[in-house]
Amino acid sequence: MTLKVGIPRALLYYYYLPLWRTFFEALGLEVVISRPTTKTILEAGLQNSGDDVCLPVRLAFGHVLDLKDRVDVLFLPRLVSIARREYICPKFLGFPDMVRHGISGLPPLIDPNFNLYRKDSPYPFFVALGRNFTGNRLAIYLAYRRAMHAQARYVQLLEKGLFPEQALAVLYRGVAEGQEPGGGGPAVAVIGHPYNIYDPYISMNLLSRLARSGVRVRSADNLPETLVREQAARLPKHLFWSLGQRMIGAAWHYLQSPDVDGIIHVASFACGPDSLTGELISREVRRRGKPFLNLTLDEHSAEAGVVTRLEAFLDMMERRQFLPAGESV
Amino acid sequence: MKVTFPHMGHMWICLAAMLEYLGVEVVVPPPTSKRTLTLGARHAPEFACLPLKLNLGNFMEASELGADTILMAGGCGPCRFGYYAQVEYAILEDLGYKYRLVVMEPPQRHVGELLSKIKYITGHSSWWEVVRGIRFGYQKARMVDELERRAHYLRPREIHRGSTDKAFKRALREIIAVKHPRDLPQAGERVRRIMAGVAIRPRPVLRVGIVGEIFTLLEPFANYDLERRLGYLGVQADRSIYLSEWINDHLFLGLVRGLRSRKEACRAAPPYLNHFVGGHGQETVGSTVMYARQGYDGVIQLLPFTCMPEIVAHSVLPGLSTGLGIPTLTITVDEQSGEAGLMTRLEAFIDLLARKKGVV
Ligand code: SF4
Ligand code: SF4
Repeated sequence: MTLKVGIPRALLYYYYLPLWRTFFEALGLEVVISRPTTKTILEAGLQNSGDDVCLPVRLAFGHVLDLKDRVDVLFLPRLVSIARREYICPKFLGFPDMVRHGISGLPPLIDPNFNLYRKDSPYPFFVALGRNFTGNRLAIYLAYRRAMHAQARYVQLLEKGLFPEQALAVLYRGVAEGQEPGGGGPAVAVIGHPYNIYDPYISMNLLSRLARSGVRVRSADNLPETLVREQAARLPKHLFWSLGQRMIGAAWHYLQSPDVDGIIHVASFACGPDSLTGELISREVRRRGKPFLNLTLDEHSAEAGVVTRLEAFLDMMERRQFLPAGESV
Repeated sequence: MKVTFPHMGHMWICLAAMLEYLGVEVVVPPPTSKRTLTLGARHAPEFACLPLKLNLGNFMEASELGADTILMAGGCGPCRFGYYAQVEYAILEDLGYKYRLVVMEPPQRHVGELLSKIKYITGHSSWWEVVRGIRFGYQKARMVDELERRAHYLRPREIHRGSTDKAFKRALREIIAVKHPRDLPQAGERVRRIMAGVAIRPRPVLRVGIVGEIFTLLEPFANYDLERRLGYLGVQADRSIYLSEWINDHLFLGLVRGLRSRKEACRAAPPYLNHFVGGHGQETVGSTVMYARQGYDGVIQLLPFTCMPEIVAHSVLPGLSTGLGIPTLTITVDEQSGEAGLMTRLEAFIDLLARKKGVV
């Protein structure tokens, strides 16, 4: 019987699924991904985590619970650092421990440290990871190569303008890449943590809502890493949060870009890093004067309120003659 | 050049001593107050942690007194402190304040970088003088810490309510008044005499360790004077980090031997928290374990609302508390938290500890 490895559809799932999934499958394991977020999943997460914890982490608890009884092991890498001299967030550093002490009756956790703070190659991580399943170094190496390849392909798709679920469908379900929806609608950049903007339940279908009203949507992940970093390098000091780098770099790029008409910034209630990066972004926005909407999400956010604010934002863009009249959100 | 810096408890005493010894003109911000908080909270991002808001308020108030240069510590993440200076500066700039910013990034390799920054501020002091200045400031920090430990011991045992605090204030003034390293020993003598004058009677006391985010631990304004309140409730408090230990760990890379160091606390954190999480999150967990082993009656964790490292620590505390049988209480502070609610929780917690120990 093949061993089932569980991967929660949460946190950096949206960045790294191809890397993990391809690696495990190449080693002959079965990958089980938690189901898309629902009210039940979120509520289970809320019940099993402290109420001072931010929504994305509480939601991740829910996804762990969704997998708990369906898998043989749970893959919760400790994402210490995904780029040189950078971290993600203290909560990513502590996540495996939070889960271990917060949820009982878990299958074994596989939580090796993923740490590129001082090195460039993730290979040692994969060796350590692979050893949990096989003693065959060559098999691990080959699986690692396939995983890196899949990840590179995934990033390419994102840079072409796809969003994670679309790109994953291309990679794993053979869906055709499809044409970028053209049209002369206005373009809006949605800037926020991947686990907020790409989770339709959490973002209240923000991306598809925008698309349905004829808006062309962009995100930080549609931009090449180098470009984002070049922009972020304008900061007075190297920013040590990788997600913050991405958000600031992208926001600053889109602010200058003439074919982006407005910016929506999405943050979690009481998010630590965002309280500072969001501040730096909104200060820059005020200087440049592009239409800007700041959405803060928490477990109590009401869809109606978000829709109203979104409509007001699009109306404002329309008044600036960007949006064809008569569209509704 | 008139140099100011943010408040963090009694830190100003050693910073001012060091800088003034080196001939730098210092503007100590007015003591952190409600006004400081209001000013800071008005202009800081809503979800910024409390220390940032208070720093900002300190700078605004110091500017009213003529300060033109900010001296700040830096950091390289993952918690927010490492980016405080830059964000605070951006906010001040947009508000029209004309400040110059000098950030002391934690020495990556050796103390040399720290020294050169200080040399920059002080203009032309010689290396030797700079080293002496730092030592002077550090010695004052040690004295203040000693004094605080003494006060922790005396408060729950004093015969006349408030006599410890009165003595403490007088003793602190003695330390502040010293202008030259050579006068420190006599001042130390006077401090000991003053504190020896507090009349006490032996009685059973509870021992409670205080852990958590460093700023909230060290700044009485931020923690509602927790240590004093505990003393009055018959508790001998201990704090997991004192000022000199923080300076030693963060600015001297642990060069001073024989002090409690963060490494020790971090080693005690597994299996509850197996990795550093920034700030003092792992120390919080490790210190709680150590307090449990030393037979303390309870532990109080202090954190500002939204503080990431401490939220992680808080998540694993319940398991630790049950596992090692040490009651814990977590107190979150922000500009909205009220004093009344805090006192109720504190009294209930202490009550529980007293009953458990049988010293009601
Ligand atoms: S970055 Fe913000 S939202 Fe993400 S885990 Fe950290 S605090 Fe939570
Ligand atoms: S330790 Fe907590 S309160 Fe202090 S700067 Fe970091 S996040 Fe803010």
